[in-house]
Amino acid sequence: MKRAILKPGTIRKMLQMIAATRPVEIGCDECFEQLDRFAELELAGKNATEAMPLVQEHLERCSDCREEFELLLSMMKAVTDNDSCG
Amino acid sequence: MRERTNLEWCVGLTSAQADAAIADLRLILLRGLRYALANHGVTEPDLEDFVQDALLKVLCELASFRGEARFTTWAQKVAVRVALTELRRRRWRDISLQDLLAGHEESDFTPALLTDQSPDPGRVAVRGMMMDTIQRIIAEDLTDRQRQAMLAVMQGGMPLQEVAVRMGSNRNALYKLLHDARKRLQKRMLYEGMSSDDLLSMFNES
Ligand SMILES: [Zn+2]
Repeated sequence: MKRAILKPGTIRKMLQMIAATRPVEIGCDECFEQLDRFAELELAGKNATEAMPLVQEHLERCSDCREEFELLLSMMKAVTDNDSCG
Repeated sequence: MRERTNLEWCVGLTSAQADAAIADLRLILLRGLRYALANHGVTEPDLEDFVQDALLKVLCELASFRGEARFTTWAQKVAVRVALTELRRRRWRDISLQDLLAGHEESDFTPALLTDQSPDPGRVAVRGMMMDTIQRIIAEDLTDRQRQAMLAVMQGGMPLQEVAVRMGSNRNALYKLLHDARKRLQKRMLYEGMSSDDLLSMFNES
């Protein structure tokens, strides 16, 4: 049987992930479907986490989707900033 | 550029004179990506390529736009996915799963190595025992695929997208595989008498 050699940092990360594991979680596809709406709520200062808790939880667990969310927010801000400057 | 409603975008992009709407959307996506990717080492031709691919995707998937967000937000989301998919692919192009995991697995027993800074020898001993248990249940309870994926993502830092490609899967399926793995570990740890919270509190402080 193969035994993984884990760095202490990895184990700590795993423990945090395991502690946060829920019986039902949405996947990346479902997260992506709702990401635009979620980002709009967030940018409008509304409580996106409360409105869409499963999306928020997925973003905490999935670094790919989190990276996309952050980039989307940044893109949206670029457009808003430019608009407000005329 | 004039403001458009969601409906005006959808009609504009599919009409016989779609050029104006496409040109406007192209500008919005280009401006956004240029700003958002400023520190990602992308060139202007890269940005043009991303926007071109994103536009094609937007037109192709227009029917799936349900109007729950602004049309431009939806299109920006598509562009983000296009750009990051390509940037991740480039960044990890030359790294195989075998390379990434080399040195992270051994065929026989290796005690958990922990450079423990805690001054409390009791805590050091408990943590050493817990680390060993976790390594053991990862070896015993996870399938090879689950273990490989978990190591690649959590220790190798490889994006799910790239791990999925290398395992002949897709990102959504890989997330579900990892979710199943976490549920299995959670269950087994409880069975071993360790709640996740116990473990976290033991490892969170030094
Ligand atoms: Zn995800």
